[in-house]
Amino acid sequence: MPKTLYDKLWENHVVHQEEDGTALLYIDRHLVHEVTSPQAFEGLKLAGRKPWRVSSIVSTPDHNTPTDHWDEGIKDPISRLQVETLDANIREFGALAYFPFKDARMGILHVVGPENGATLPGMTVVCGDSHTSTHGAFACLAHGIGTSEVEHVLATQCLVQKKSKTMLVAVEGQLGPGVTAKDVALAIIGTIGTAGGTGYAIEFGGSAIRSLSMEGRMTLCNMAIEGGARMGFVAVDDTTIEYLRDRPFSPKGDIWEQAVAYWRTLHSDAGASFDRTVTLRAEDIRPQVTWGTSPEMVVPVDAVVPDPARENDPVKREGMERALKYMGLQANTPMTSIAIDKVFIGSCTNSRIEDLREAAAVIQGKHIAPNVKLALAVPGSGLVKRQAEAEGLDKIFIAAGFEWREPGCSMCLAMNADRLEPGERCASTSNRNFEGRQGAGGRTHLLSPAMAAAAAIAGHFADVRDLR
Amino acid sequence: MEKFVQLDALVAPLDRNNVDTDAIIPKQFLKSIKRSGFGPNAFDEWRYLDVGEPGQDCSQRPKNPDFVLNQPRYQGAEILLTRANFGCGSSREHAPWALLDYGFKAIIAESFADIFFNNCFKNGILPIVLPAAEIAAILQQVEATPGYRLRVDLPAQTVTRPDGHACTFEVDAFRKECLINGWDDIGLTLRHAEKIKAFEANRRIQQPWLFA
Ligand code: SF4
Repeated sequence: MPKTLYDKLWENHVVHQEEDGTALLYIDRHLVHEVTSPQAFEGLKLAGRKPWRVSSIVSTPDHNTPTDHWDEGIKDPISRLQVETLDANIREFGALAYFPFKDARMGILHVVGPENGATLPGMTVVCGDSHTSTHGAFACLAHGIGTSEVEHVLATQCLVQKKSKTMLVAVEGQLGPGVTAKDVALAIIGTIGTAGGTGYAIEFGGSAIRSLSMEGRMTLCNMAIEGGARMGFVAVDDTTIEYLRDRPFSPKGDIWEQAVAYWRTLHSDAGASFDRTVTLRAEDIRPQVTWGTSPEMVVPVDAVVPDPARENDPVKREGMERALKYMGLQANTPMTSIAIDKVFIGSCTNSRIEDLREAAAVIQGKHIAPNVKLALAVPGSGLVKRQAEAEGLDKIFIAAGFEWREPGCSMCLAMNADRLEPGERCASTSNRNFEGRQGAGGRTHLLSPAMAAAAAIAGHFADVRDLR
Repeated sequence: MEKFVQLDALVAPLDRNNVDTDAIIPKQFLKSIKRSGFGPNAFDEWRYLDVGEPGQDCSQRPKNPDFVLNQPRYQGAEILLTRANFGCGSSREHAPWALLDYGFKAIIAESFADIFFNNCFKNGILPIVLPAAEIAAILQQVEATPGYRLRVDLPAQTVTRPDGHACTFEVDAFRKECLINGWDDIGLTLRHAEKIKAFEANRRIQQPWLFA
């Protein structure tokens, strides 16, 4: 019987299966950061246990670390303690790789893992963080877990799981100029809704997906969780294999050849059946901007803010009205007339080299609008930062009036000092526009790096296709 | 998780209904990066006269002499005896963490709030439901008898008083087995440890690049 990619990944990791289908799945890669791991390590110690296989662990602090004045260390004592606790835990137990605060390879875990070749096709990848779905870009079974599960994986190298349903999201055709993976992700969420993927593992396929770079596929899989799916993945192809060649933790020599041969099998077989299939035409996807407080509240940039009066479902209508009130927007306002206060280019969704290149291409030789109080460019990792500097992108950002920061999660969740003030409106390349996500009372609009750059220059949302 | 089989221990009374988890561990302590160390802040608002903040040295804080657990005769108690609906309110697992860290291994009550009841088992604490009349009788004996101890026998499902009177209690068979063996979720998974090892060993051969 033809198998889906999900079937193959699942079957390759089952250690034990109960009669009711509950399985013990083996975990290949465990990503660990400072916020969700302290209690797990504590639990392990209290029980007198040791991590099962420390060589599965890749770790770096990212959520709490500041993105400027690194010489001054971490000023907030509670944040500092969390980071120091991670240092101590890794020192005590060990890891395959640990990139501490200020290390040249430190960064957002979901950027750091792949760029170091620590995320390899066919792996199960878990982390106490919902955006672990990012690693699905490499045909991994990758998803977020809670703190008790972090401890469970530390102690047993396994997770207790039940199989999900499968969904194929196929995007066929060719994406237009100025339309990126972020726009595809937002368009998909706009189509299926934020709960559309609940209970499903999503495979992204179709010619438009195959033509995406690994960076683009990571952006797409990163947002799977915002569509309700715990995981999303893309089959292995030449793009995957070329990306992984010669990365620090990628296999070398004969073992590389052996690995590649296996990786080439990681795709859904012809004729494999999915529980649900959704198809989008690439040509229909325009640059997207969210207008509300959920990623599904999204429209093309050349559209207007939707009118709740035209929504028949009373629950949805009320949700739209509440969102408009929070966002300080009127129905039927053209998106391009909405002025912004801040710009954030960064986060595990869009802080890779390709994202920075796309944004830099838009702002080159221009300057941010006078009404833009702050524009942040935050590379996803130390390696991305260095690469960008080698290409001279930092100079383009700085000349345009952006602040060029140190790597970290930054204003994606505002756990450090980077945040919105109440009422401030932000063009953000991150993944969540929930109330207060970027700071209490802050208003977040999600978009692609190129679109964020265009908004920074215009001072309001602008169609990047007009600027080219 | 520690095994729970038999326990012969000093009893401390908390003669009230509806002790909620906010009372057991107030919210300001949830900021902690730890799952342990909540003991000094268990019942913080009742136990101390000042306002508790995370990170204080609690041994220096003024104690409330009227709070029953502060009485010298109840120091070192491992069984908490209370009334109805113990552990109601927020679902915070910090509540059983705090009680365990304080030193309680069993809690005897007329009834427990559901989530708290479950959380106890996850953390190796035995919650025991006894009839109201039995609780009232034991409470009287505790107050009248310094150094009052009870004997809890989980396999036999009995609580025995110093006068020899024994009372039986109910416990779910699966949970009982977990407690007696000291199994938590992790413990249960580790019953398959040999299978995991074999799986892993095979994986090392089949996909050596995963074990760099
Ligand atoms: S960048 Fe944002 S979404 Fe990604 S891991 Fe950090 S906080 Fe989470």
